[in-house]
Amino acid sequence: MASSPLSLWRRFLVLPNDTLSKTLGIALLVALVSATTVSVTSVVLKPRQDENVAIAREAKLAAMIAALPGLADILRETGAETLDTEIIDLETGDFLHDINMGSFDFITAQTDPDQSTVMSPEEDVAGIGRRPNQALVYLVMGTDDLELVILPVYGAGYQSTIRAYLALKGDLNTIAGISIYEQGETPGLGTRITDPAWLDTWSGKQIRNTSDEVVITVVRGSSNNINEVDGITGATRSTTGVANLVKFWMGEKGYGPFLKRLREAGN
Amino acid sequence: MAKSNLSYLTNPIVDDNPVTLQMLGICSALAVTTSLSTALTMSIALIGVLTASSGTISLIRNHIPTSIRLVIQITIIASLVIVADQFLKAFAYEMSLRLSVFVGLIVTNCLVLARAESFAMHNRVIPSLFDALGNGLGYSLILLLVATVRELLGAGSLFGMPVLPLTSDGGWFEPLGFMLLAPSAFFIIGLLIWAIRSRRHNQVEVNEFPLILPYQDKPHD
Repeated sequence: MASSPLSLWRRFLVLPNDTLSKTLGIALLVALVSATTVSVTSVVLKPRQDENVAIAREAKLAAMIAALPGLADILRETGAETLDTEIIDLETGDFLHDINMGSFDFITAQTDPDQSTVMSPEEDVAGIGRRPNQALVYLVMGTDDLELVILPVYGAGYQSTIRAYLALKGDLNTIAGISIYEQGETPGLGTRITDPAWLDTWSGKQIRNTSDEVVITVVRGSSNNINEVDGITGATRSTTGVANLVKFWMGEKGYGPFLKRLREAGN
Repeated sequence: MAKSNLSYLTNPIVDDNPVTLQMLGICSALAVTTSLSTALTMSIALIGVLTASSGTISLIRNHIPTSIRLVIQITIIASLVIVADQFLKAFAYEMSLRLSVFVGLIVTNCLVLARAESFAMHNRVIPSLFDALGNGLGYSLILLLVATVRELLGAGSLFGMPVLPLTSDGGWFEPLGFMLLAPSAFFIIGLLIWAIRSRRHNQVEVNEFPLILPYQDKPHD
């Protein structure tokens, strides 16, 4: 009788509030209940939140494409209603036509050990740890040439993963636009990387120099040449993060092989 | 009993308003009042968190050890704020992006802790719920008033719907950019406090430290 759970609970409740055991017990109980509430809400609502993020991502992509100069005309001329979406092999740069688009989840592929490769610290400029083996690309064809390639890119910022779409012009070297659709940088400081005025400064910059090396970078103060983008004061780590992820994804471990193939096919 | 419960609810709306009399929650009143829709969402989130936290704390008030009572109160409030934030992200994603950190900052809104510490710790559950709801409504009233003025004069719209025709659309109204900046909220809240206190003189605070000029001390020196 004395040791049934209910009577134990009663004995606990009648303890004076300031005894050590009651203090510890109450602290533990409050922490347990609070943690459970937070975890349950977070797990239950996760699918809905992911859906919202996915919708926002699509909208950002559509908005970026709509905002790129002349693109609406290209789409009208070619009669293309949507983009041509392809899955590619990042290692070889080949198109993979035999993978079902519906079953490929780019986000899952980024962390799944079976679908990704570990990057060594020297290779891992973007700070992503693992790189997926396959990736999605979006192609926009003009009347006879490739007009635009849109590549999903991501990498570590100051305190979050920055995810963006990078649009390259037909020469596969000039940036047509960049659009950041997900980040969790310091509000008011790092979040300024999403400022449209700053993102606009990327347009027209060139990724490679004349000797075909990836040299695009963010500099302090004002940029001096076609390969440099102005940094943002107070958001140094976040802007460097953006520059690093562009560097990584344009390099040999990123979309480099794929872009090379496209260039060869173009010639 | 029923009458006093009702007074817990109605008192904080004007007579003992948390923003204009107790001067609590000013920070978020500045930050989220550029438009009515953000102010309304913030108000609903705050009322939810405040009512739930006051109810919970009042429910367990007899078992909270005094040595860790603030820790326990903040733990409960913080958990509820996270829950509210998660709900916003799931059901009002656009709005959660516009409110950004300010929903998370409800946890540092002095109003919530003040009601927990000064009321819910010493009162039964029902009066605590009424008190929380009343204070939440009082806070919301000020937020919505400030937001109405700021959105109307700053963007010529209410809830995003155009009300005053803007000059940029061929109308006559030139929006006041100042209204979209945080200091304008200070002026509006200041004017509100002045208006309320000129009607209700009992809210005027006694000057505890009056300025005494030296020559008044020793007039014949």
